[in-house]
Amino acid sequence: MRLEYFQMVDRITALDIPGKRITVSAQVPDHSPVFEGHFPGHPILPGVLMIETMAQTGGWLVLATMRLEKMPFLMQVEKAKMRAFVEPGAAMEIEARLEHEGSGYAVIAGTIRSGGKKVAEADIRYGVVPFPNDTLRAAMLDTARRVGVPEELLHG
Amino acid sequence: MASTYETVAGIISDTCDIELDKITPDSHAINDLGIDSLDFLDVAFAIDKAFGIKMPLEQWTQEVNEGKVTTDEYFVLKNLCANIDKLVAAKAA
Repeated sequence: MRLEYFQMVDRITALDIPGKRITVSAQVPDHSPVFEGHFPGHPILPGVLMIETMAQTGGWLVLATMRLEKMPFLMQVEKAKMRAFVEPGAAMEIEARLEHEGSGYAVIAGTIRSGGKKVAEADIRYGVVPFPNDTLRAAMLDTARRVGVPEELLHG
Repeated sequence: MASTYETVAGIISDTCDIELDKITPDSHAINDLGIDSLDFLDVAFAIDKAFGIKMPLEQWTQEVNEGKVTTDEYFVLKNLCANIDKLVAAKAA
């Protein structure tokens, strides 16, 4: 994870498009300016970044399902629960399940596990729209390769 | 079993916090009921789930943007319900 760049997903560890599931790994960094403020003397991963991590995980499932032809943008978060602190250096496993692929929107259920227990969960919805420009699409293709989206899904 | 209209009106009432007696078959979801795009996403998701369909919102939006139909075709509730019935029938066929 590179928190300052909103790179929350390190690697896709399992992708099952027919089964509508994805699992990714994310290693919380030992050091980050984020921890200087959140909180002094008690560094923990902010809950909003846990939500962002689930949103990006589900986003990769939506992107892969649509073969990167459209871009999911976060629109709604429901039933978000932060169940435990996540400290610097923690390893996280994030799973997302595609609950519904609508027309122009998608719904996923996300969970984060760390240290053998569930630490966060949320229901997340996206607006799924054409890429607004080529710059973003190219950047998403580069990132898709970095996180391990299978190459055959990257060519429409 | 509830009619399509009763189900849709119930979804809109629950999702958008609008009293049921303010909703009629002639209500326009946007112009009369004031449902915004984010709330309509909730309504669409609930309708898709309730009827086991996928409303083609992108296609409908395109038709409106191209001037082929007015928003009344998809947002006046009696018309929306007729379109839902067609999607349900097409799925069953």
